Amino acid sequence: MKKKSTGALAVLLLVGVVMVYPLLWLFLATFKDNAEIFGKLSFWPEKFSFDAYVKGWKGIGQFTYTDFYLNTFKLVVPSVLLTVASTGIVAYGFARFKFPGKKPLFALMLSTLMLPDAIVIIPRYVAFNKFGWVDTYMPFWMPALLACYPFLIFMLIQFLRGIPRELDESACIDGCNPFTIYVKILFPLLKPAIFSVVIFQTMWRWNDYFNNLIYISSVKKYTLSLALKMSIDSQGASTPWNQVMAMSLISMVPPILLYFFAQEYFVEGVTAGGIKG
Amino acid sequence: MSLYYSFTDFSILSDGKWVGLENYTRLFFEDKYFWKSLFLTFKYALMAVPMKLIMALFVAMLLNMKLKGINFFRTVYYLPSIMGGSVAISILWKFLFMKEGVINKTLSLVGISAVDWLGDPDIALVTISLLVVWQFGSSMVLFLAGLKNVPTELYEAASVDGASKVRQFFGITLPMITPIIFFNLIMQIVHALQEFTSAFIITNGGPNHGTYLIGVKIYEDAFKTLKMGYASAASWVLFVIILMITMFVFKSSDAWVFYNDGGMDG
Repeated sequence: MKKKSTGALAVLLLVGVVMVYPLLWLFLATFKDNAEIFGKLSFWPEKFSFDAYVKGWKGIGQFTYTDFYLNTFKLVVPSVLLTVASTGIVAYGFARFKFPGKKPLFALMLSTLMLPDAIVIIPRYVAFNKFGWVDTYMPFWMPALLACYPFLIFMLIQFLRGIPRELDESACIDGCNPFTIYVKILFPLLKPAIFSVVIFQTMWRWNDYFNNLIYISSVKKYTLSLALKMSIDSQGASTPWNQVMAMSLISMVPPILLYFFAQEYFVEGVTAGGIKG
Repeated sequence: MSLYYSFTDFSILSDGKWVGLENYTRLFFEDKYFWKSLFLTFKYALMAVPMKLIMALFVAMLLNMKLKGINFFRTVYYLPSIMGGSVAISILWKFLFMKEGVINKTLSLVGISAVDWLGDPDIALVTISLLVVWQFGSSMVLFLAGLKNVPTELYEAASVDGASKVRQFFGITLPMITPIIFFNLIMQIVHALQEFTSAFIITNGGPNHGTYLIGVKIYEDAFKTLKMGYASAASWVLFVIILMITMFVFKSSDAWVFYNDGGMDG
């Protein structure tokens, strides 16, 4: 038995090394200069230089990565907050109330879960274009405000169903209205699920590239993903790879930090809903 | 709405007029890249999805052996999945697999000559599917949860009867986690058929249209050449294909997915 578990551990370690190697290598490569990256195979940099970070941060033209970072936050943070507020209310409605047309509406919501993005993209773009929202962050904030994330709603509904109904009734016996029941009683109990919503939505919005690409056109409003893409395009053959790598790494920091701090909720959420990568 | 557009020559510059089935006939009979991109998308999905799921299941089974440091390993394996389809990860991939990149240099150490990972149309498709395989963490976490739910008595009973480990795997483990395999399969297929970022950033659909996935094609038609009606038609074809494959997997699931609540205990 002992022997077997050592074997398994060895395999796990080996797979782990292969998995992490690219990321570790990326980390170390950001301290090298371009010649060293291409010239040698050495894993460890000859000397640690922060040159790539300093130069890379200057960005493109008049805009630095400070702008791109702030833009990304401007896009992501309101989207996440609005999503939490809106999906919570919608889930509460579906989980706790009876209203005419509830069944078909619920079915409709679930069916949008199956609809591939490819279908929605063009009409949505056309509509947002008509509203004059292209090249603003509205195409990201508005769907969040209107709870256009059926998966997250579904996850919250499932969670709400697990909270006994008597709780909200008895705890608020002295005349709470449905809204205060939600805010005072249910919302605190929903915390773990809300965390999952925050995490998923942050990761999705942060990593998203396609929507950024089609909706944001002026460099002033570029987010990190657009800036990174531009940095590999603009310089052609002489791309300063060490700078690009350094900026890529920096762009991954917030999601990774979030993951390490909220890991429990993360794994819980993934298992609860089972989600695409 | 999208369905309506697919019957018009709509672009963002002009309101579309009704063109009937013209978009579809052009797509099916004149656009040589349409069939090619569909074919490539299938090929991509056929490579990426099974590799990813087998990898995820394999590692999940190792992690389920109740060794020390499981949480550490789980964290590490999940790490690549966090960055998902981000640009940063695609850039990293592009860099690793460049001709004079790290992968080739490492291979040369063990005497394998340089592979043109991004320059050869056939290999480039493999390279971008490897990116998805690398991110097997999310499927793995699901498998792990499923494996934990397999009652240990089943294994004990099987051992008593003298069933080998291999036999136990095919006789107990695999049937018991079929619902999760099923779920993972659907999610990953739907996802893979719509892949965009990696093919767009790493190889930009090339070389020689070798990674011209349908997602990239729809983007180019709709937002580069602004043939939005035409692109809508392509996206509807994609939708119908996804729907058919999903329904096929659903239908076939009666034959191979095993639900614990209906069968054994009943």
